Amino acid sequence: MKESLKQKQDAIIADFQVFDDWMDKYEMIIDLGKEIKGITVDKRKDEQLIDGCQSRVWLKAEIDNKRMNFSADSDAIITKGIIALLIAVYNGEKPETIVKEELYFIDKIGLQEHLSPTRANGLLEMVKRMKLEALKHV
Amino acid sequence: MKGTSKYIEEIRSKFPLLNKKVYGKPLVYFDNAATTQKPQKVIDRINAYYNSENANIHRGVHHLSQVATQDYEDARTRVKNYIGANKVNEIIFTKGTTDGINLVATSFGELMNKGDEVLISAMEHHSNIVPWQLLAERKGIVLRVIPIHQDGTLDMDAFHGMLNEKTKLVAITHISNTLGTINPIKNIIKKAHGVGAKVLIDGAQSIQHGEVNVAHLNCDFFVFSGHKIFGPTGIGVLYGKESILDCMPPYQGGGDMIQRVSFDQTTYNELPFKFEAGTPNIVGGIALGTALEFMESIDTKQAFAHENELLSYAEQKLLTVEGLKIYGTSKHKTSLVSFNVGTIHPFDIGTLLDKQGIAVRTGHHCTQPLMDFFCIPGTIRASFSLYNTKAEIDLFIHALKKAISVLS
Repeated sequence: MKESLKQKQDAIIADFQVFDDWMDKYEMIIDLGKEIKGITVDKRKDEQLIDGCQSRVWLKAEIDNKRMNFSADSDAIITKGIIALLIAVYNGEKPETIVKEELYFIDKIGLQEHLSPTRANGLLEMVKRMKLEALKHV
Repeated sequence: MKGTSKYIEEIRSKFPLLNKKVYGKPLVYFDNAATTQKPQKVIDRINAYYNSENANIHRGVHHLSQVATQDYEDARTRVKNYIGANKVNEIIFTKGTTDGINLVATSFGELMNKGDEVLISAMEHHSNIVPWQLLAERKGIVLRVIPIHQDGTLDMDAFHGMLNEKTKLVAITHISNTLGTINPIKNIIKKAHGVGAKVLIDGAQSIQHGEVNVAHLNCDFFVFSGHKIFGPTGIGVLYGKESILDCMPPYQGGGDMIQRVSFDQTTYNELPFKFEAGTPNIVGGIALGTALEFMESIDTKQAFAHENELLSYAEQKLLTVEGLKIYGTSKHKTSLVSFNVGTIHPFDIGTLLDKQGIAVRTGHHCTQPLMDFFCIPGTIRASFSLYNTKAEIDLFIHALKKAISVLS
Protein backbone atom coordinates (compact mmCIF):
# COMPACT_ATOMS: atom_id res chain seq x y z
CA MET A 1 0.00 0.00 0.00
CA LYS A 2 1.16 3.51 -0.77
CA GLU A 3 2.62 5.40 2.17
CA SER A 4 0.75 8.42 3.44
CA LEU A 5 2.44 11.82 3.76
CA LYS A 6 2.60 11.24 7.50
CA GLN A 7 4.17 7.80 7.09
CA LYS A 8 6.81 9.21 4.74
CA GLN A 9 7.70 11.93 7.21
CA ASP A 10 7.83 9.50 10.13
CA ALA A 11 10.14 7.21 8.14
CA ILE A 12 12.60 10.06 7.57
CA ILE A 13 12.45 10.99 11.26
CA ALA A 14 13.25 7.36 12.15
CA ASP A 15 16.16 7.33 9.66
CA PHE A 16 17.66 10.42 11.25
CA GLN A 17 17.14 9.26 14.83
CA VAL A 18 20.16 6.96 14.60
CA PHE A 19 22.53 9.94 14.35
CA ASP A 20 23.90 11.33 17.60
CA ASP A 21 26.46 13.47 15.91
CA TRP A 22 25.46 16.45 13.82
CA MET A 23 28.26 15.67 11.36
CA ASP A 24 26.77 12.25 10.53
CA LYS A 25 23.44 13.90 9.95
CA TYR A 26 24.95 16.42 7.58
CA GLU A 27 26.95 13.71 5.80
CA MET A 28 23.67 11.96 5.06
CA ILE A 29 22.10 15.18 3.77
CA ILE A 30 25.14 15.85 1.59
CA ASP A 31 24.93 12.31 0.18
CA LEU A 32 21.24 12.83 -0.60
CA GLY A 33 22.15 16.09 -2.32
CA LYS A 34 24.72 14.29 -4.46
CA GLU A 35 22.32 11.49 -5.39
CA ILE A 36 19.26 13.48 -6.43
CA LYS A 37 18.90 14.10 -10.16
CA GLY A 38 17.97 17.76 -9.86
CA ILE A 39 17.65 20.06 -12.85
CA THR A 40 20.74 20.35 -15.02
CA VAL A 41 22.12 23.84 -15.58
CA ASP A 42 21.04 23.97 -19.25
CA LYS A 43 17.43 23.06 -18.32
CA ARG A 44 17.06 25.66 -15.56
CA LYS A 45 14.64 28.46 -16.33
CA ASP A 46 14.48 31.93 -14.82
CA GLU A 47 10.87 31.46 -13.71
CA GLN A 48 11.97 28.42 -11.66
CA LEU A 49 14.56 30.39 -9.71
CA ILE A 50 14.12 31.19 -6.03
CA ASP A 51 16.91 33.59 -5.17
CA GLY A 52 17.92 33.18 -1.55
CA CYS A 53 20.47 35.51 -0.05
CA GLN A 54 22.80 32.56 0.55
CA SER A 55 21.98 29.85 -1.95
CA ARG A 56 19.76 29.60 -4.99
CA VAL A 57 17.02 27.08 -5.65
CA TRP A 58 15.27 26.06 -8.87
CA LEU A 59 11.87 24.40 -8.62
CA LYS A 60 9.84 22.74 -11.36
CA ALA A 61 6.30 21.53 -10.63
CA GLU A 62 4.17 19.24 -12.76
CA ILE A 63 0.92 17.37 -12.29
CA ASP A 64 0.57 13.86 -13.59
CA ASN A 65 -2.54 11.76 -13.12
CA LYS A 66 -3.77 14.12 -10.38
CA ARG A 67 -0.51 13.72 -8.41
CA MET A 68 2.15 16.38 -7.93
CA ASN A 69 5.63 15.80 -9.29
CA PHE A 70 8.42 18.18 -8.31
CA SER A 71 12.01 18.42 -9.40
CA ALA A 72 14.41 20.93 -7.89
CA ASP A 73 18.03 21.88 -7.60
CA SER A 74 20.37 24.21 -5.74
CA ASP A 75 23.89 25.54 -6.11
CA ALA A 76 24.63 24.55 -2.48
CA ILE A 77 24.84 20.83 -1.69
CA ILE A 78 23.31 21.02 1.80
CA THR A 79 20.34 22.92 0.43
CA LYS A 80 20.08 20.32 -2.33
CA GLY A 81 20.09 17.49 0.22
CA ILE A 82 17.18 19.02 2.10
CA ILE A 83 15.43 19.52 -1.24
CA ALA A 84 15.81 15.78 -1.84
CA LEU A 85 13.96 15.10 1.42
CA LEU A 86 11.17 17.55 0.60
CA ILE A 87 10.72 16.04 -2.83
CA ALA A 88 10.67 12.51 -1.43
CA VAL A 89 7.88 13.56 0.89
CA TYR A 90 5.75 15.55 -1.56
CA ASN A 91 6.16 13.70 -4.86
CA GLY A 92 3.23 11.54 -5.84
CA GLU A 93 0.90 13.27 -3.38
CA LYS A 94 -2.46 14.72 -4.31
CA PRO A 95 -2.47 18.54 -4.47
CA GLU A 96 -5.06 18.68 -1.64
CA THR A 97 -2.80 16.66 0.66
CA ILE A 98 0.15 18.98 0.07
CA VAL A 99 -1.96 22.05 0.74
CA LYS A 100 -3.70 20.69 3.85
CA GLU A 101 -1.26 18.47 5.69
CA GLU A 102 1.39 19.68 8.07
CA LEU A 103 5.07 19.46 7.15
CA TYR A 104 6.75 18.57 10.42
CA PHE A 105 9.71 16.30 9.70
CA ILE A 106 12.23 19.13 9.13
CA ASP A 107 11.66 20.32 12.71
CA LYS A 108 11.81 16.82 14.13
CA ILE A 109 15.15 16.00 12.52
CA GLY A 110 16.65 19.22 13.84
CA LEU A 111 16.97 21.11 10.56
CA GLN A 112 14.39 23.79 11.34
CA GLU A 113 17.05 26.51 11.04
CA HIS A 114 17.18 25.74 7.32
CA LEU A 115 13.54 26.71 6.97
CA SER A 116 13.85 29.92 8.96
CA PRO A 117 13.64 33.28 7.19
CA THR A 118 17.06 34.27 8.54
CA ARG A 119 18.79 31.36 6.84
CA ALA A 120 17.89 32.87 3.46
CA ASN A 121 18.82 29.73 1.54
CA GLY A 122 15.66 29.70 -0.58
CA LEU A 123 14.16 26.63 1.15
CA LEU A 124 11.40 28.44 3.03
CA GLU A 125 10.30 30.10 -0.20
CA MET A 126 10.56 26.75 -1.98
CA VAL A 127 8.15 25.05 0.43
CA LYS A 128 5.75 27.98 0.03
CA ARG A 129 6.00 27.67 -3.72
CA MET A 130 5.43 23.89 -3.64
CA LYS A 131 2.22 24.50 -1.72
CA LEU A 132 1.16 27.29 -4.09
CA GLU A 133 1.80 25.06 -7.11
CA ALA A 134 -0.35 22.37 -5.49
CA LEU A 135 -3.03 24.95 -4.72
CA LYS A 136 -3.39 25.70 -8.44
CA HIS A 137 -4.78 22.19 -8.88
CA VAL A 138 -7.15 22.08 -5.91
CA MET B 1 46.27 31.46 25.17
CA LYS B 2 48.66 30.67 22.32
CA GLY B 3 50.59 33.69 21.09
CA THR B 4 48.26 36.12 22.81
CA SER B 5 49.71 38.87 24.90
CA LYS B 6 48.45 39.49 28.40
CA TYR B 7 47.20 42.82 27.20
CA ILE B 8 44.93 41.33 24.52
CA GLU B 9 43.67 38.73 27.00
CA GLU B 10 42.82 41.55 29.36
CA ILE B 11 40.85 43.34 26.64
CA ARG B 12 39.10 40.09 25.70
CA SER B 13 37.99 39.53 29.29
CA LYS B 14 35.89 42.69 29.09
CA PHE B 15 33.54 41.12 26.52
CA PRO B 16 31.18 38.69 28.31
CA LEU B 17 29.62 37.16 25.19
CA LEU B 18 32.97 35.79 24.02
CA ASN B 19 32.79 33.14 26.76
CA LYS B 20 29.66 31.69 25.26
CA LYS B 21 29.37 28.14 23.94
CA VAL B 22 27.37 27.25 20.85
CA TYR B 23 26.34 23.66 20.14
CA GLY B 24 28.47 22.78 23.17
CA LYS B 25 31.62 24.22 21.59
CA PRO B 26 33.44 27.43 22.48
CA LEU B 27 32.25 30.26 20.27
CA VAL B 28 34.80 31.61 17.80
CA TYR B 29 33.37 34.92 16.74
CA PHE B 30 34.81 35.95 13.36
CA ASP B 31 31.92 38.06 12.10
CA ASN B 32 33.18 41.38 13.39
CA ALA B 33 32.73 43.16 10.08
CA ALA B 34 28.98 42.52 10.48
CA THR B 35 28.88 43.63 14.09
CA THR B 36 31.23 43.72 17.06
CA GLN B 37 30.56 42.33 20.53
CA LYS B 38 30.01 44.75 23.41
CA PRO B 39 32.23 45.36 26.41
CA GLN B 40 30.60 45.01 29.84
CA LYS B 41 30.91 48.76 30.28
CA VAL B 42 28.60 49.45 27.33
CA ILE B 43 26.07 46.85 28.48
CA ASP B 44 26.12 48.35 32.00
CA ARG B 45 25.62 51.83 30.61
CA ILE B 46 22.49 50.75 28.74
CA ASN B 47 21.11 49.16 31.92
CA ALA B 48 21.97 52.18 34.03
CA TYR B 49 20.18 54.49 31.63
CA TYR B 50 16.92 52.55 31.79
CA ASN B 51 17.28 51.88 35.51
CA SER B 52 17.81 55.42 36.63
CA GLU B 53 17.89 58.05 33.88
CA ASN B 54 15.22 57.34 31.27
CA ALA B 55 13.54 60.55 30.08
CA ASN B 56 12.94 62.33 26.82
CA ILE B 57 15.56 64.88 25.89
CA HIS B 58 15.73 68.51 24.70
CA ARG B 59 12.27 69.35 26.00
CA GLY B 60 11.80 68.69 29.69
CA VAL B 61 12.45 71.10 32.49
CA HIS B 62 12.51 68.26 34.96
CA HIS B 63 15.66 66.79 36.44
CA LEU B 64 15.69 63.44 34.59
CA SER B 65 15.25 65.08 31.21
CA GLN B 66 18.10 67.44 31.94
CA VAL B 67 20.40 64.59 32.97
CA ALA B 68 19.51 62.56 29.87
CA THR B 69 19.97 65.58 27.61
CA GLN B 70 23.34 66.35 29.13
CA ASP B 71 24.53 62.73 28.74
CA TYR B 72 23.32 62.55 25.16
CA GLU B 73 25.04 65.82 24.26
CA ASP B 74 28.20 64.77 26.10
CA ALA B 75 28.22 61.67 23.88
CA ARG B 76 28.00 63.92 20.83
CA THR B 77 31.02 65.86 22.06
CA ARG B 78 32.88 62.60 22.61
CA VAL B 79 32.14 61.55 19.02
CA LYS B 80 33.32 64.95 17.80
CA ASN B 81 36.63 64.55 19.64
CA TYR B 82 37.04 60.92 18.68
CA ILE B 83 36.82 61.57 14.93
CA GLY B 84 38.58 64.92 15.11
CA ALA B 85 35.73 67.14 13.91
CA ASN B 86 36.04 70.86 14.45
CA LYS B 87 32.58 71.55 15.81
CA VAL B 88 30.02 69.60 17.78
CA ASN B 89 27.16 70.71 15.51
CA GLU B 90 28.83 68.82 12.67
CA ILE B 91 27.92 65.54 14.40
CA ILE B 92 24.47 64.26 13.43
CA PHE B 93 23.19 61.16 15.20
CA THR B 94 21.59 58.69 12.77
CA LYS B 95 20.36 55.09 12.89
CA GLY B 96 23.60 53.91 11.31
CA THR B 97 25.75 54.09 8.19
CA THR B 98 22.88 53.30 5.83
CA ASP B 99 20.74 56.00 7.39
CA GLY B 100 23.59 58.53 7.10
CA ILE B 101 24.11 57.81 3.40
CA ASN B 102 20.38 58.05 2.74
CA LEU B 103 20.28 61.37 4.56
CA VAL B 104 23.05 62.77 2.36
CA ALA B 105 21.60 61.26 -0.84
CA THR B 106 18.20 62.77 -0.07
CA SER B 107 19.19 66.13 1.35
CA PHE B 108 22.48 66.96 -0.37
CA GLY B 109 20.95 65.28 -3.43
CA GLU B 110 18.28 68.00 -3.45
CA LEU B 111 21.03 70.47 -4.33
CA MET B 112 21.99 68.48 -7.44
CA ASN B 113 20.65 68.90 -10.94
CA LYS B 114 19.97 66.68 -13.91
CA GLY B 115 23.24 65.56 -15.48
CA ASP B 116 25.31 66.06 -12.31
CA GLU B 117 27.54 63.10 -11.63
CA VAL B 118 28.05 60.99 -8.49
CA LEU B 119 31.01 58.61 -8.42
CA ILE B 120 30.98 55.41 -6.39
CA SER B 121 33.27 52.38 -6.69
CA ALA B 122 32.74 48.78 -7.78
CA MET B 123 33.41 47.56 -4.23
CA GLU B 124 30.61 49.50 -2.50
CA HIS B 125 28.14 47.95 -0.07
CA HIS B 126 24.56 48.06 -1.38
CA SER B 127 23.98 50.86 1.15
CA ASN B 128 26.29 53.07 -0.88
CA ILE B 129 24.78 52.07 -4.22
CA VAL B 130 21.01 52.00 -3.88
CA PRO B 131 20.50 55.49 -2.31
CA TRP B 132 22.32 56.96 -5.34
CA GLN B 133 20.26 54.89 -7.76
CA LEU B 134 17.14 56.27 -6.09
CA LEU B 135 18.56 59.77 -6.45
CA ALA B 136 19.32 59.09 -10.12
CA GLU B 137 15.67 58.13 -10.64
CA ARG B 138 14.43 61.16 -8.73
CA LYS B 139 16.72 63.89 -10.01
CA GLY B 140 18.25 62.53 -13.21
CA ILE B 141 21.79 62.57 -11.84
CA VAL B 142 24.30 60.21 -13.45
CA LEU B 143 25.80 57.45 -11.28
CA ARG B 144 29.26 56.37 -12.40
CA VAL B 145 31.27 53.45 -11.05
CA ILE B 146 35.04 53.51 -10.52
CA PRO B 147 36.34 50.08 -11.62
CA ILE B 148 38.65 47.88 -9.58
CA HIS B 149 41.59 45.60 -10.37
CA GLN B 150 41.60 41.81 -9.84
CA ASP B 151 43.51 42.23 -6.57
CA GLY B 152 40.62 44.27 -5.19
CA THR B 153 42.24 47.67 -5.39
CA LEU B 154 40.71 50.72 -7.00
CA ASP B 155 41.67 51.61 -10.55
CA MET B 156 43.01 55.06 -9.67
CA ASP B 157 43.82 55.94 -13.30
CA ALA B 158 40.20 55.32 -14.21
CA PHE B 159 39.12 57.42 -11.22
CA HIS B 160 41.24 60.37 -12.33
CA GLY B 161 39.81 60.05 -15.84
CA MET B 162 36.24 60.09 -14.55
CA LEU B 163 36.57 63.29 -12.53
CA ASN B 164 35.21 66.34 -14.33
CA GLU B 165 33.34 69.57 -13.69
CA LYS B 166 30.02 67.67 -13.55
CA THR B 167 31.24 65.50 -10.65
CA LYS B 168 29.36 66.76 -7.60
CA LEU B 169 30.10 63.97 -5.16
CA VAL B 170 32.43 61.04 -4.73
CA ALA B 171 30.86 58.54 -2.31
CA ILE B 172 33.33 55.84 -1.46
CA THR B 173 34.08 53.26 1.16
CA HIS B 174 37.14 53.70 3.35
CA ILE B 175 37.55 49.93 3.71
CA SER B 176 35.80 47.26 1.65
CA ASN B 177 33.54 45.08 3.83
CA THR B 178 34.08 42.14 1.48
CA LEU B 179 37.73 42.40 0.46
CA GLY B 180 39.28 44.34 3.32
CA THR B 181 40.97 46.75 0.89
CA ILE B 182 41.90 50.08 2.48
CA ASN B 183 41.27 52.74 -0.14
CA PRO B 184 43.60 55.72 -0.60
CA ILE B 185 40.93 58.13 0.54
CA LYS B 186 43.22 61.04 1.33
CA ASN B 187 44.36 61.10 -2.28
CA ILE B 188 40.77 60.61 -3.52
CA ILE B 189 39.53 63.52 -1.42
CA LYS B 190 42.30 65.80 -2.68
CA LYS B 191 41.68 64.91 -6.33
CA ALA B 192 37.89 65.23 -6.01
CA HIS B 193 38.22 68.65 -4.37
CA GLY B 194 40.39 69.64 -7.32
CA VAL B 195 37.30 69.56 -9.58
CA GLY B 196 35.04 71.06 -6.91
CA ALA B 197 33.36 67.77 -5.95
CA LYS B 198 32.47 66.89 -2.37
CA VAL B 199 33.44 63.55 -0.83
CA LEU B 200 31.48 61.16 1.38
CA ILE B 201 33.46 58.46 3.15
CA ASP B 202 31.67 55.28 4.22
CA GLY B 203 33.52 54.54 7.44
CA ALA B 204 31.46 51.51 8.52
CA GLN B 205 34.49 49.22 8.35
CA SER B 206 37.24 51.68 9.24
CA ILE B 207 35.92 53.17 12.46
CA GLN B 208 36.95 50.16 14.62
CA HIS B 209 40.24 49.45 12.87
CA GLY B 210 42.17 52.67 12.90
CA GLU B 211 42.22 56.25 13.94
CA VAL B 212 39.95 58.42 11.86
CA ASN B 213 40.46 62.16 11.76
CA VAL B 214 37.93 63.91 9.56
CA ALA B 215 39.70 67.26 9.78
CA HIS B 216 43.01 65.79 8.58
CA LEU B 217 41.26 63.81 5.87
CA ASN B 218 39.35 66.94 4.88
CA CYS B 219 36.36 64.81 3.81
CA ASP B 220 33.01 66.55 3.49
CA PHE B 221 30.93 63.73 4.95
CA PHE B 222 31.91 60.71 7.04
CA VAL B 223 29.38 58.06 8.10
CA PHE B 224 29.63 55.12 10.48
CA SER B 225 27.59 52.78 12.68
CA GLY B 226 27.91 52.55 16.45
CA HIS B 227 27.54 48.77 16.55
CA LYS B 228 30.71 48.27 14.51
CA ILE B 229 32.78 50.00 17.18
CA PHE B 230 31.52 48.10 20.23
CA GLY B 231 28.43 50.28 20.68
CA PRO B 232 24.76 49.33 20.35
CA THR B 233 22.80 48.84 17.13
CA GLY B 234 20.43 51.53 15.87
CA ILE B 235 22.81 54.42 16.44
CA GLY B 236 25.26 55.90 13.98
CA VAL B 237 26.91 59.13 13.04
CA LEU B 238 26.96 61.43 10.08
CA TYR B 239 29.76 63.94 10.19
CA GLY B 240 29.35 66.80 7.73
CA LYS B 241 31.16 70.08 7.31
CA GLU B 242 29.07 72.82 8.88
CA SER B 243 29.10 75.02 5.77
CA ILE B 244 27.65 72.17 3.68
CA LEU B 245 25.13 70.94 6.26
CA ASP B 246 23.87 74.51 6.63
CA CYS B 247 22.97 74.66 2.93
CA MET B 248 21.20 71.32 2.92
CA PRO B 249 17.40 71.10 3.36
CA PRO B 250 16.02 69.01 6.27
CA TYR B 251 15.80 65.24 5.72
CA GLN B 252 12.75 64.33 7.79
CA GLY B 253 10.17 66.53 9.47
CA GLY B 254 8.93 66.24 13.03
CA GLY B 255 9.75 67.14 16.60
CA ASP B 256 13.17 68.43 17.64
CA MET B 257 14.11 69.59 14.13
CA ILE B 258 11.86 72.66 14.20
CA GLN B 259 12.22 76.13 15.65
CA ARG B 260 8.64 77.29 15.16
CA VAL B 261 5.69 75.58 13.49
CA SER B 262 2.57 77.23 12.16
CA PHE B 263 0.23 76.09 9.40
CA ASP B 264 1.54 78.87 7.17
CA GLN B 265 5.24 78.48 7.71
CA THR B 266 7.69 76.40 9.68
CA THR B 267 11.22 77.42 10.52
CA TYR B 268 13.86 74.82 11.20
CA ASN B 269 16.12 74.29 14.17
CA GLU B 270 19.84 74.89 13.91
CA LEU B 271 22.48 72.22 13.40
CA PRO B 272 22.68 69.41 14.35
CA PHE B 273 19.00 69.23 15.38
CA LYS B 274 17.78 70.23 11.89
CA PHE B 275 18.62 66.66 10.85
CA GLU B 276 17.36 64.85 13.94
CA ALA B 277 13.57 64.68 13.70
CA GLY B 278 11.67 62.84 16.41
CA THR B 279 12.79 61.36 19.71
CA PRO B 280 16.23 59.98 18.95
CA ASN B 281 17.88 56.75 20.09
CA ILE B 282 18.90 58.38 23.37
CA VAL B 283 20.35 55.33 25.09
CA GLY B 284 22.08 54.39 21.83
CA GLY B 285 23.83 57.73 21.65
CA ILE B 286 24.88 57.62 25.29
CA ALA B 287 26.16 54.03 25.03
CA LEU B 288 28.03 54.86 21.83
CA GLY B 289 29.80 57.49 23.90
CA THR B 290 30.73 54.74 26.37
CA ALA B 291 32.02 52.55 23.53
CA LEU B 292 34.29 55.38 22.38
CA GLU B 293 35.39 55.88 25.97
CA PHE B 294 36.39 52.21 25.93
CA MET B 295 38.39 52.75 22.72
CA GLU B 296 40.11 55.74 24.32
CA SER B 297 40.98 53.66 27.37
CA ILE B 298 42.93 51.02 25.44
CA ASP B 299 46.30 51.15 23.75
CA THR B 300 44.96 51.19 20.20
CA LYS B 301 48.46 51.03 18.73
CA GLN B 302 48.97 47.63 20.35
CA ALA B 303 45.43 46.52 19.56
CA PHE B 304 45.62 47.45 15.87
CA ALA B 305 49.05 45.80 15.54
CA HIS B 306 47.48 42.65 17.02
CA GLU B 307 44.69 42.79 14.41
CA ASN B 308 47.25 42.99 11.62
CA GLU B 309 49.09 40.04 13.09
CA LEU B 310 45.85 38.04 13.14
CA LEU B 311 45.32 38.83 9.47
CA SER B 312 48.77 37.64 8.38
CA TYR B 313 48.52 34.54 10.57
CA ALA B 314 45.09 33.65 9.17
CA GLU B 315 46.12 34.25 5.56
CA GLN B 316 49.26 32.20 5.99
CA LYS B 317 47.29 29.28 7.49
CA LEU B 318 44.48 29.52 4.93
CA LEU B 319 46.85 29.39 1.99
CA THR B 320 47.99 25.92 3.11
CA VAL B 321 44.46 24.64 2.39
CA GLU B 322 44.32 23.04 -1.04
CA GLY B 323 42.20 24.86 -3.63
CA LEU B 324 41.61 27.87 -1.39
CA LYS B 325 41.48 31.26 -3.07
CA ILE B 326 41.56 34.58 -1.25
CA TYR B 327 39.63 37.50 -2.73
CA GLY B 328 41.19 40.88 -2.00
CA THR B 329 44.96 40.77 -1.97
CA SER B 330 45.78 44.45 -1.67
CA LYS B 331 48.92 45.34 0.28
CA HIS B 332 46.78 47.69 2.32
CA LYS B 333 44.17 45.54 4.01
CA THR B 334 42.27 45.49 7.25
CA SER B 335 41.80 42.38 9.36
CA LEU B 336 39.33 40.41 7.30
CA VAL B 337 39.77 37.65 4.79
CA SER B 338 37.32 36.56 2.11
CA PHE B 339 37.79 33.22 0.37
CA ASN B 340 36.36 30.20 -1.40
CA VAL B 341 37.54 26.62 -1.56
CA GLY B 342 37.48 25.04 -5.02
CA THR B 343 33.93 24.81 -6.29
CA ILE B 344 32.37 24.26 -2.86
CA HIS B 345 29.50 26.67 -2.23
CA PRO B 346 30.25 29.14 0.60
CA PHE B 347 26.87 28.39 2.19
CA ASP B 348 27.84 24.74 2.65
CA ILE B 349 31.13 25.60 4.32
CA GLY B 350 29.45 28.28 6.46
CA THR B 351 26.80 25.81 7.64
CA LEU B 352 29.39 23.21 8.69
CA LEU B 353 31.59 25.85 10.36
CA ASP B 354 28.59 27.07 12.33
CA LYS B 355 27.99 23.56 13.65
CA GLN B 356 31.54 23.62 15.00
CA GLY B 357 31.03 26.90 16.84
CA ILE B 358 32.70 29.12 14.25
CA ALA B 359 30.75 32.27 13.36
CA VAL B 360 31.71 33.59 9.93
CA ARG B 361 29.70 35.34 7.29
CA THR B 362 28.90 33.66 4.00
CA GLY B 363 27.17 35.03 0.94
CA HIS B 364 27.50 38.16 -1.12
CA HIS B 365 28.02 40.49 1.88
CA CYS B 366 25.59 43.01 0.35
CA THR B 367 28.06 43.58 -2.48
CA GLN B 368 26.43 41.71 -5.36
CA PRO B 369 28.11 43.78 -8.12
CA LEU B 370 31.48 42.85 -6.60
CA MET B 371 30.53 39.15 -6.66
CA ASP B 372 29.54 39.56 -10.33
CA PHE B 373 32.98 41.09 -10.97
CA PHE B 374 34.69 37.98 -9.56
CA CYS B 375 32.00 35.68 -11.15
CA ILE B 376 31.21 33.95 -7.84
CA PRO B 377 27.96 33.52 -5.86
CA GLY B 378 29.60 34.63 -2.64
CA THR B 379 32.53 34.09 -0.33
CA ILE B 380 33.27 32.96 3.20
CA ARG B 381 34.43 35.94 5.22
CA ALA B 382 36.30 35.76 8.49
CA SER B 383 36.67 39.19 10.07
CA PHE B 384 38.74 39.77 13.17
CA SER B 385 38.63 42.26 15.98
CA LEU B 386 41.06 43.25 18.69
CA TYR B 387 39.72 40.57 21.08
CA ASN B 388 40.33 37.62 18.74
CA THR B 389 43.30 35.28 19.15
CA LYS B 390 45.60 33.07 17.12
CA ALA B 391 44.26 30.07 19.05
CA GLU B 392 40.83 30.88 17.65
CA ILE B 393 42.30 30.99 14.14
CA ASP B 394 43.72 27.50 14.73
CA LEU B 395 40.25 26.25 15.75
CA PHE B 396 38.80 27.88 12.66
CA ILE B 397 41.34 26.27 10.32
CA HIS B 398 40.76 22.87 11.93
CA ALA B 399 36.98 23.26 11.54
CA LEU B 400 37.39 24.44 7.95
CA LYS B 401 39.45 21.36 7.06
CA LYS B 402 36.81 19.12 8.62
CA ALA B 403 34.04 20.88 6.65
CA ILE B 404 36.00 20.50 3.41
CA SER B 405 36.59 16.81 4.01
CA VAL B 406 32.86 16.23 4.48
CA LEU B 407 31.93 18.26 1.41
CA SER B 408 34.55 16.92 -0.99
